[in-house]
Amino acid sequence: MKKLILTTAVLALTAGVAFADGHGKTIRMGTEGAYPPYNFINDAGEVDGFERELGDELCARAELTCEWVTNEWDSIIPNLVSGNYDTIIAGMSITDEREEVIDFTQNYTLPDPSAYLVLSADVDLANGVIAAQTNTIQAAFIADTGATLVEFATPEETIAAVKNGEADAVLADKAFLTPIEADDADLMFLEQEEMIGGGIGMGLRESDTELRDKFDAAIQSMKDDGTLNALLDKWEIGGAF
Amino acid sequence: MACYLTTGKHMSIYTSVFTVLLLLAVTAPVALGFGFAGASAARSSVAPLRWFGKSYIALVRGVPDIAFFLFFVIALDQGIEYLRHKALCRDWSEPIRQGNDFVVCQAAKMPLGDAPQWVHETYGFSLAVLTFSIVFGAFAANVLFGAMRAVPHAQLETAGAYGMSQRQIFWRVLVPQMWVYALPGLSNLWMVLIKATPLLFLLGIEDIVYWARELGGTKTSRFTDYPHGDWRMWYFLALLVFYLVFTRISEVVLERLMQRLTHGQATSGGEAQRKAAA
Repeated sequence: MKKLILTTAVLALTAGVAFADGHGKTIRMGTEGAYPPYNFINDAGEVDGFERELGDELCARAELTCEWVTNEWDSIIPNLVSGNYDTIIAGMSITDEREEVIDFTQNYTLPDPSAYLVLSADVDLANGVIAAQTNTIQAAFIADTGATLVEFATPEETIAAVKNGEADAVLADKAFLTPIEADDADLMFLEQEEMIGGGIGMGLRESDTELRDKFDAAIQSMKDDGTLNALLDKWEIGGAF
Repeated sequence: MACYLTTGKHMSIYTSVFTVLLLLAVTAPVALGFGFAGASAARSSVAPLRWFGKSYIALVRGVPDIAFFLFFVIALDQGIEYLRHKALCRDWSEPIRQGNDFVVCQAAKMPLGDAPQWVHETYGFSLAVLTFSIVFGAFAANVLFGAMRAVPHAQLETAGAYGMSQRQIFWRVLVPQMWVYALPGLSNLWMVLIKATPLLFLLGIEDIVYWARELGGTKTSRFTDYPHGDWRMWYFLALLVFYLVFTRISEVVLERLMQRLTHGQATSGGEAQRKAAA
């Protein structure tokens, strides 16, 4: 009987805590919508991709109501911290620089190799011109090498830069480049790949620890029962937990 | 092909055309109102009002549009949430600024966290209209201020000699006549406003340029039923036609308006009309 009362009390307390913040709150999931297979806008005009499926599953497991919003990559972090949405789930690699501004959940992909997509195999990576999307780990990586970095706001433009000769190569996540390479006979991969970043995680405001813990637990449960690996497989993203 | 142009994604670009048109339809009169108020304030005989009008014109015109759009909208949004937070959540003990984070209680969120997406979009749209109006209102205020001074002073004095009050002079003599001087400047502003609508994307609203870029981008066969290469050129070409047609229509309408306003005015245009009729 004593135990019963105690459990009820604990339940009531935790329910109260959950009620305070969770009551009727919709979690707004911010994504870019231009980085297949991670996230993109499908023919129906909705957010789709690996992260859409993953996010919906995580929300179901954490018993949250979620809603998807798209935001430009450039301003995706400022809009999170000013509270326009509650999470970033946009193929964002966990890095120390970003950790200073926002918090991450545990990673839900392993570090994916970044690959060079080129028009011809004789590109000089050390001194050439290499395209990357602004504010990405790839851009930071190239900035540290001897090569000339050209940055673009969208992933689309980085590919276009290589095709029209403005850049010699584009460095991006391999999972993103693979379907592009497969569709275009002119483009090919270099053998050399770079392992950068600490895997992809969900970004949250530093003050939002409760929400982060919920998503963390949900990701862990998906890792444990193998559903995350199945998803990674389905969207052909490298590495399994 | 008919199927390609009618996907849900394409519906979004068609909708965004109306978003842009709606923005223009709402912003233009509101900005004109801001401009009128600003110009009237700037030539007011009450000193504080005059200072306010002049500093509004000088400040907003001096700040780059993009900086204004990025800073002002976020500041305005946070300002509103801050005030609501102070009013609605008095027993909240945590600070609002936590490092980089801006944290207010759920009840103070604008719009509320559980509001459907369309409410968020409408709210964002209203912020956009307000920002556009403030920016273009400042330019309009400057144009109107100049136009008000261009009305022949002798006419105002004559009106005074007939015993009209300041208010009567303003509304019956000055305002009806100033439009002919203001219109060239205002029509310029209208053209610039039409072309400034892609700035909407800075404010998180998906306008036609965003969708043209998104739809025109390379699509691989894995993620869509309609794979294609880089078609952005064609989509932007369509935008070019859209904007050219739109500005052309505006020019025609503004020209007609100019004809009407010139009628009977003591300007060279009005004189030419009088001679042609005679």
